[in-house]
Amino acid sequence: MQSKILKYASLLKEKKISAVELTKEYLKKADANRRFNAFVSVDGERALKYADLADKQIAAGKQTLLTGIPFGIKANIAEKGVETDCCSKILKGYRPTYDATVIEKLSAAGAVPLGKNNMDEFAMGSSTETGCHGAALNPVNTDYVTGGSSGGAAAAVAADMAVYALGSDTGGSVRQPASFCGVVGLKPTYGSVSRYGLIAYGSSLDQIGPLTSSVADAAIVYDAIRGADKRDQTSSPLSSAAFERMDGDVKNLKIGFPKEYFEGIKPEVSDTLKAQFALFEKLGARIEEISVPWLKYALPAYYIIACAEASSNLGRYDGIRYGYRSTDYDDVNEMIMKTRSEGFGKEVKRRIMLGTYVLSAGYFDAYYKKALRVREQVSEAFRDAFEKVDVLLTPVAPTTAFPLNYTSENMIETYMSDFCTVPVNIAGLPAISVPAGYDGKGLPIGMQLIGAKFSEPTILNAAYAFERAAAIPAKEVK
Amino acid sequence: MSKYLFVAGLETHVELQTDSKIFCGCSTKFGAEPNTHTCPVCTGEPGSLPVINKKVLCYAIRAGLATHGKISSVTTMDRKNYVYPDLPKAYQISQFENPVSVGGYVELDSGKRIRLNHIHMEEDAGKLVHEGGYTYVDYNRGGVPLIEIVSEPDIASVEEAREYVEKLQLIMRHIGVSDCKMQEGSMRCDVNISVHLPGTPFGTRTEIKNMNSLSFMEKALSYEYSRQCDLLDSGEKVVQETRRYNEGTQTTESMRSKEDAQDYRYFPEPDILAIHVSDEFIEKIRQEMPVLPGELKRSFLAKGITEVEADRLVQYKRVADFYSECIEKADAKIAANLILGEIFRSMQTEEEKELFEIKFGADALIELILLRSEGKINSGIQKRVLQEMLLSGGRPSDYLTKDDLSSVDDSAVEGLCREAVSANERAVKDYLGGKEQALKALLGYVMKATRGKADSAAVEAKLKELLKK
Repeated sequence: MQSKILKYASLLKEKKISAVELTKEYLKKADANRRFNAFVSVDGERALKYADLADKQIAAGKQTLLTGIPFGIKANIAEKGVETDCCSKILKGYRPTYDATVIEKLSAAGAVPLGKNNMDEFAMGSSTETGCHGAALNPVNTDYVTGGSSGGAAAAVAADMAVYALGSDTGGSVRQPASFCGVVGLKPTYGSVSRYGLIAYGSSLDQIGPLTSSVADAAIVYDAIRGADKRDQTSSPLSSAAFERMDGDVKNLKIGFPKEYFEGIKPEVSDTLKAQFALFEKLGARIEEISVPWLKYALPAYYIIACAEASSNLGRYDGIRYGYRSTDYDDVNEMIMKTRSEGFGKEVKRRIMLGTYVLSAGYFDAYYKKALRVREQVSEAFRDAFEKVDVLLTPVAPTTAFPLNYTSENMIETYMSDFCTVPVNIAGLPAISVPAGYDGKGLPIGMQLIGAKFSEPTILNAAYAFERAAAIPAKEVK
Repeated sequence: MSKYLFVAGLETHVELQTDSKIFCGCSTKFGAEPNTHTCPVCTGEPGSLPVINKKVLCYAIRAGLATHGKISSVTTMDRKNYVYPDLPKAYQISQFENPVSVGGYVELDSGKRIRLNHIHMEEDAGKLVHEGGYTYVDYNRGGVPLIEIVSEPDIASVEEAREYVEKLQLIMRHIGVSDCKMQEGSMRCDVNISVHLPGTPFGTRTEIKNMNSLSFMEKALSYEYSRQCDLLDSGEKVVQETRRYNEGTQTTESMRSKEDAQDYRYFPEPDILAIHVSDEFIEKIRQEMPVLPGELKRSFLAKGITEVEADRLVQYKRVADFYSECIEKADAKIAANLILGEIFRSMQTEEEKELFEIKFGADALIELILLRSEGKINSGIQKRVLQEMLLSGGRPSDYLTKDDLSSVDDSAVEGLCREAVSANERAVKDYLGGKEQALKALLGYVMKATRGKADSAAVEAKLKELLKK
């Protein structure tokens, strides 16, 4: 896939198009494609103001690759003065008083924010059906979900309503919708990108990552948002720039085939992915079968840790300072209870209850402590694997996109379907989802490449080599 | 005292006097307009993250070292989850598993050591303001750094409890981490108290929350001790519960029972990574630590002042520092007399003594003391000059006339004494005849001649010497 960012950056540079014109074009597309419900809000006036600033920046000779390029923002990333509701009724009307670090960085680069992308409520879900603004629809086939929780961001990129979008990934929320919608999604190493301004779900797992239409674009956006942040103590100075080192050379790259990842995968998906090992071999990479033990325990550990952290992180939504407040109450306790009962959706309540339970006295050791030990084991298994290979090639999800309304009836199955993505979050690793083909119904199949901590340049380069060689055509959105 | 033994352990919250809050850059200054010292972090806005203030860690380590604790090489923050409108995140960032300092003790005057369980760091909550039927929340205090000093149940009387708290105050003030003002809330105590018969296990304890003055604490503990003794005497049981002291009725009353106790669901704070504290870092803090009050008192005693004087001088950090500076060059006894006498008389309240705002430095007082001990001025002039300095600052020389200084000529004094003896035969005779009082007349003669500038003690000695011959 050709890089849209590079294309527009050069058009802007050569003054063949202005940022205002480009932004208007994208605003038009966003409007024309409302049926996908990819954006929950678009502020055209604000976008054009940013575009105007970008044109001035370009005129002043201070253009960056992202100057004047319109993008979408998942509804859980704080922008000063812009309603950021996590697609939850409880945050209705909440306008942050500050910008997330990633937003600050992109603003400084001259990027043009279009609006907020749809998501599962508080990023809890794999289908973008649980938010208060309704389900997002998969632009490839609107009978199917976009995946989630960053489904609005994935759909916006797939339907070209935004050049790229920022999502967040706690257990696969960037990679799985990217896979379902046929776009690229990067989940950076925990600590590569500042979380300041990302409304927390599972704080020890959350990372912001880009959804793009090409690997090069993912690298460009990643480079722009990465880096240590003094406002986020969990951010790290160890990440490094990826785009400048991307040459598509994978000669002698050691790619692991972890057999545990291919168990319980729909044959159409696993066959498509297994075929890609041969392609990598043709490009000069070496394939090695490898075992990542403990993998099956990563999923329950993930749900325990994520829900435990969520139960604490979401305690602050009490109707006192911002967002929704129940109107019918006699005292402050009743106000808080009613606000939360009325403000949170079913899935969020389910996870708050799970998390509260596993942290309760008497259960803490049996669940939370044990989950932390599993986390250590899984991380160690990955460390061992990356002593032997550079990259692991795996599925992103066991299936392609689910039909609409399937998830709510099949909760456990949906939880289980995260088993390919959550181990990466548990271990804090970087991983990318790239389009690798289509199933019989024409739904996209994603391929996941996982790397050691802070090896974003390596996995991006491998994905870039694959993208060039495989040349999977994008589906035209009707 | 009843037949029951008194057992208490204290949890003491001490507000650290850092300029900024524990997890953000907001000011900790007391008394500002509501919600003006706030930001996304200390109001818990979604997406904001805490960043630990290194100074808070340094102060907490200092407190740990000053109470002989073991500083943890890895210390971690935990979340304590509970819902209250003044707690904007619905959790308090505190320490549970790996507190900054473990163990240690506070020594009482009797030599008894009250052992500490640990010291941990945490953030304060905001404050509810009730006005006109509405309740408002002020988050200025939210995120102000605290340490909680948790003692073992080693306290055996109300008096020991009071002394323990006073000792803690003294230590924390001397090491400069807190002003420990109970009435302003920068020091608050929760007490766990139980009673039992000698030779039997500890009784069921109750917890009395948030005592904000020493006298209330004493009253509350005395009341609670007799309440528990009475219960046992009448065959009833003490119920494990949290109680509060009612200032109006001077009794304690139940707040909540054990069954209603909250499950705080502590778990490691994922937003703050474990803090590794190196030996070098601890050593550096140890080196920079001011002298502890106990040590200071010993060094004062070694200079020959009394126990009472030493205690009074050590009681106020700034006074102790001022005195330490004075005695490097000047006589310790005279310096103590002047500070505890003239200077303290100019300060009415404890508060003023604590602040010790005087208009001159230790060097000026040293100069004044030296003038006296070198015999250049007498104690009367010294007092007068000190009064002037207390009023208007400056140095002794600003207030001494040539005349003042002339009085100190020893040969002149001796001459005048001889003159007095020869001019007052009658008085001399009376004195030699055993009337001690008669010496006053001779003394009066000399003092009159010097217009009060001579050192009366020296004159008296001289006269006695002359009359012996």
